[in-house]
Amino acid sequence: MTETWLILGASSAMARAFARKLAERGDGLILAGRDTADLDRDAADASLRGAALAETIRVDLRDPAGFDAILARMSECEGTVSVAVFTGSMPPQSEIDADPALIEGVVIDNFTGPARLLQMLAPLIEARGAGTIVGVGSVAGDRGRIGNYVYGAAKSGFHTYLSGLRNRLTRAGGHVVTVKPGFTDTAMTWGIEGMFLVAPPDKVAADILKAVERKRNVIYTPLFWLGIMSIIRAIPEPVFKKMSI
Amino acid sequence: MQWKTADYAGWGRAVRARGTLARPERLPALAAALAARGPAIGNRRSYGDAALNAGGAAIQMTRLDRLLSFDAETGVIEAEAGVTIAELLRLFAPRGWMPPVMPGTGFATLGGCIACDVHGKNHHGAGSFGQHVLAVTLMTDTGPRAVTPGTDPGLFRATMGGLGQTGAILSARLQLRPIPGQRMRVVETRIPDFDAFIAALDASTAEFAVGWVDATARRKRLGRGILEEGELLDGSRPGPVRRAKSVPLDAPGLLLSWPVIRLFNRWRLSRIPDSGRKRIRALDDFFFPLDALQDWNRLYGKRGFHQFQCVVPQDAAPALREILAAIAKSGIASPLAVLKRMGPGRAGHLSFPMAGYTLAVDLPARKTRAAPLYARLEDMVQAAGGRLYLAKDALARPGTIAAMYPELDAWRAEIARADPEGHMTTDLMRRLKLRSAA
Repeated sequence: MTETWLILGASSAMARAFARKLAERGDGLILAGRDTADLDRDAADASLRGAALAETIRVDLRDPAGFDAILARMSECEGTVSVAVFTGSMPPQSEIDADPALIEGVVIDNFTGPARLLQMLAPLIEARGAGTIVGVGSVAGDRGRIGNYVYGAAKSGFHTYLSGLRNRLTRAGGHVVTVKPGFTDTAMTWGIEGMFLVAPPDKVAADILKAVERKRNVIYTPLFWLGIMSIIRAIPEPVFKKMSI
Repeated sequence: MQWKTADYAGWGRAVRARGTLARPERLPALAAALAARGPAIGNRRSYGDAALNAGGAAIQMTRLDRLLSFDAETGVIEAEAGVTIAELLRLFAPRGWMPPVMPGTGFATLGGCIACDVHGKNHHGAGSFGQHVLAVTLMTDTGPRAVTPGTDPGLFRATMGGLGQTGAILSARLQLRPIPGQRMRVVETRIPDFDAFIAALDASTAEFAVGWVDATARRKRLGRGILEEGELLDGSRPGPVRRAKSVPLDAPGLLLSWPVIRLFNRWRLSRIPDSGRKRIRALDDFFFPLDALQDWNRLYGKRGFHQFQCVVPQDAAPALREILAAIAKSGIASPLAVLKRMGPGRAGHLSFPMAGYTLAVDLPARKTRAAPLYARLEDMVQAAGGRLYLAKDALARPGTIAAMYPELDAWRAEIARADPEGHMTTDLMRRLKLRSAA
């Protein structure tokens, strides 16, 4: 049976790498993002790599008016419908400190925007009795740190949302994979000081696809972040609050 | 974040630069980066300073690597400049096509192959990379601009082998070559000395041929080595999949010391029986033998290395023998010496190839004798009527290079038209004064 994926935030490096892997499997792809002119090139690329279908659709998570069109397009797809969410934004914490109004955008991009769209698409997956949702969160969502706690809080909310959605869709035959990447070598991290153990997007994409195929629930990618985050989570709050990591 | 300040280098790592780097993933990001002015660079597989812009900006094209179109009937592909040759081979070999010319590393990008007008093991028959490029799209201030040999022959020719100076190469249309299968029959023959090597290269009828020379052998054994001849095989079964290993650390100097190299070369030669050896190999294994060891340039240690590559005309084989003798006599370890025949095929004013023979040798930069030796070899090449490969060079002098590239003035005229303000200038351009006669 054919599987068609909606890729949200399709122009990010991680999304592109994941979409290419799906294309080489022969899946269908609907690439959603704001810059559809550039996404057309990604669609051409996906189709030449073997995608059964490769289209683009405009989405702006801060403008939910366009969500109906996406739901309508996905409903037209036959077979299994799946969704992968790669959206997100991470303005420097210092900018947010200077302008607290930025918080809203961060929360929409990383949490409420995709959550609202997923909420609309969930009944479709339930109705078909199959389908996977991949939600890309972040290790930053595991614990609030001085360096990026607004971003971390939004991702943490998204993790919790995905956990609940998994609970809901499992009983209808669907599945939800929560992905917590560490530092990944993308435009978002390019040039930021203090990055270490930066993973290539292709490696992260390979881990995500493996998790989808094995129906994993929550993954850290690369895997060593599980170790790092286990330690960070285990630090008692009285100590943690004085640290700057 | 658009820019990062970084220390970066070419593949040889002997020459470094500090500057700002952008790595756009979408067209608007590329346009924004180019507005800050700087050359477009690829995967930095050129050895010297061709992809460096110290103190300025450079735009890394590796994330603009999308396939844009493919015609299964004609084998014409269009792709963004950042796609690697290995990726093109991986994707299209199962469909019966491969890049018509492949350099020794699959990590080279499409844009880089054009900018250096690279050649492969089939140059004597297939010519250079640029000769298979049908169109190239340059990113200009007013948007993408397609350039073909028909619409603007001068600019097209200046772009092939033009070291990125005509503008940022955004994408290109390339004629792929049909292949009967995904494997090669490789015949390896032991060659006793230099004259025998030249004779064997001349006599070879194989589509792909490359000579591995033991550059540590002297006197009677000078120029001994292995001739590798490859032919494409029928059959759909691909060769075994390779798993690349990587070099985790800069190697200590001892690893590539003269005695170790001598032993290694002797062992390599002894594996080939007198009667030769036939093997079936996967395409990538034959075309990109060194890619199996990722970051192998670290084997030369922190100070890196230089690669000397020259080509001399057909009738100058004796001069090439003297060049090899000078290298062997110098005692500077050069495990990777490659000898190939070249045809006349070249696509641009600054293209390297000429009909004759090309020799490539690594010179570890930690040896203080490397630079003086290079200068001597440079003079010998010039005297022989040959030339040095700009994609490898980090040490040559402006005067000799100008003498080796007779079309330099014609190229300068095109560059003056294409990039009058010098936005694309690189360290190589400045060092060799290539853009200006001054």
